[in-house]
Amino acid sequence: MSETPPAQRRPAGELEASVLAALWSAEGPLSPAGVQSALGTPLARTTVTTILTRLHGKGAVSRSRAGRGYVYSPIHDSAGLTARRMRSELDKQDDRGTALARFVSQLTTEDERLLRSLLDEPDGAAPDGPPAAPLPGPGAAP
Amino acid sequence: MIFAVWIPLLMPLLAVPAARRLAESLPPRAAAWLLTGCAAALAACTAAALGLLLAAGALRLPPVAALGHLSLPLLGGEPAVTVPVACAAGAALAGCAAAVGRRALRHRAELRAARRAADAHTAAGDLCVLPDSAPDAYALPGRPDRVVVTAGMLRALPPAEREALFAHERAHLAGRHHLFLLTVALASACHPLLRGLRAPLAYALERWADESAAARVGDRRLTARAIGRAALAARPHETARHRPGMALAATAGPVPRRVAALLAPAAAPGHPPIRLRSRGLRLVAAAVLACVACSTAAALDAAADLHSSVETAQGDTGR
Repeated sequence: MSETPPAQRRPAGELEASVLAALWSAEGPLSPAGVQSALGTPLARTTVTTILTRLHGKGAVSRSRAGRGYVYSPIHDSAGLTARRMRSELDKQDDRGTALARFVSQLTTEDERLLRSLLDEPDGAAPDGPPAAPLPGPGAAP
Repeated sequence: MIFAVWIPLLMPLLAVPAARRLAESLPPRAAAWLLTGCAAALAACTAAALGLLLAAGALRLPPVAALGHLSLPLLGGEPAVTVPVACAAGAALAGCAAAVGRRALRHRAELRAARRAADAHTAAGDLCVLPDSAPDAYALPGRPDRVVVTAGMLRALPPAEREALFAHERAHLAGRHHLFLLTVALASACHPLLRGLRAPLAYALERWADESAAARVGDRRLTARAIGRAALAARPHETARHRPGMALAATAGPVPRRVAALLAPAAAPGHPPIRLRSRGLRLVAAAVLACVACSTAAALDAAADLHSSVETAQGDTGR
């Protein structure tokens, strides 16, 4: 039904977003090869390197020498505070759904159970998907 | 004043449940347009009806009557009824205006707060990452449009599912979904019953973005997993408050319903769009249409009625 060509003619902004996201979700600094394998879409190594250089030029990532090349990491600025302040500011609004459409809303216990049963049930659909990482376990709550 | 003027005020009682029922059976995009259109039309008719009631009373004020060269005795209707009703309508109209204004201001403040936070961080492309460990993600409309994601959300999702998340947020931005939300929020400030359209609209917009994302990444199941994983990661750790006992699977929250809809081959198994051909559904669709049409016609009729009574009252003094 969908005829999406993988990573074909994606706008440069989307590629930059994917690369930055890969850096943020990594444990530590990544080399271009590391970024390449941490991307959800296949990209040529040269493309990855170009994008990383561009991001560094913009000041969105920092880099340091490692061996013959560079490793890149996102910039953890002091603005974490700002983010937290905004969250508390948004939480103050009695209904926060007006302006921002959030990706997921809060789950009730029943929702959580239902969701797990929906996602955990082995099915024949999409067998060629990437190896699915396990869902966050039910024991995570204190 | 004739009875028609009351119809727009009462019509949401019928129209809101009918529109909700119809929206459940429509594809998400059509449902979003239906709910938004209904809300806007019904709110406009409500405001018009209140305005007409107010005008009918205001015409009885001697200065207004003098201004319009009206002869008060010829102005139809019972002053003992018209005047207090007009006062109430005026108060309601002022209340509406205040609520709409407040809502619009709050909307702007909310967007500004989010924009300030996003601007504090360097963006790459359309993405802005907030260094916050709590998983959260949303589309931030503005110039330029931004996808805002917390570091916690990025760490919770594997690479392919991150792409699904981005595709979802970009669909919100490309479809200008925030304008739908704003329209219905403002409409429900006009008529409290229209608030019932907000939750179904939010759901339809999420489904719309989900379907776009699934088409974009080319994998419905992957998209479903991304939503499920994000929701499970984002759940509050002090363990969700229980919903009352009546809330069971049938009234499951929006996230499980979205996931189930994506896991189904094309549309939710219970409501494929073809069902609109069924007679029951066509009846509901006709009912929604009739409600909106009736509301509009009643408001127009009441306006015509007021106009003709003004002309009668004018005709005499003019002679």
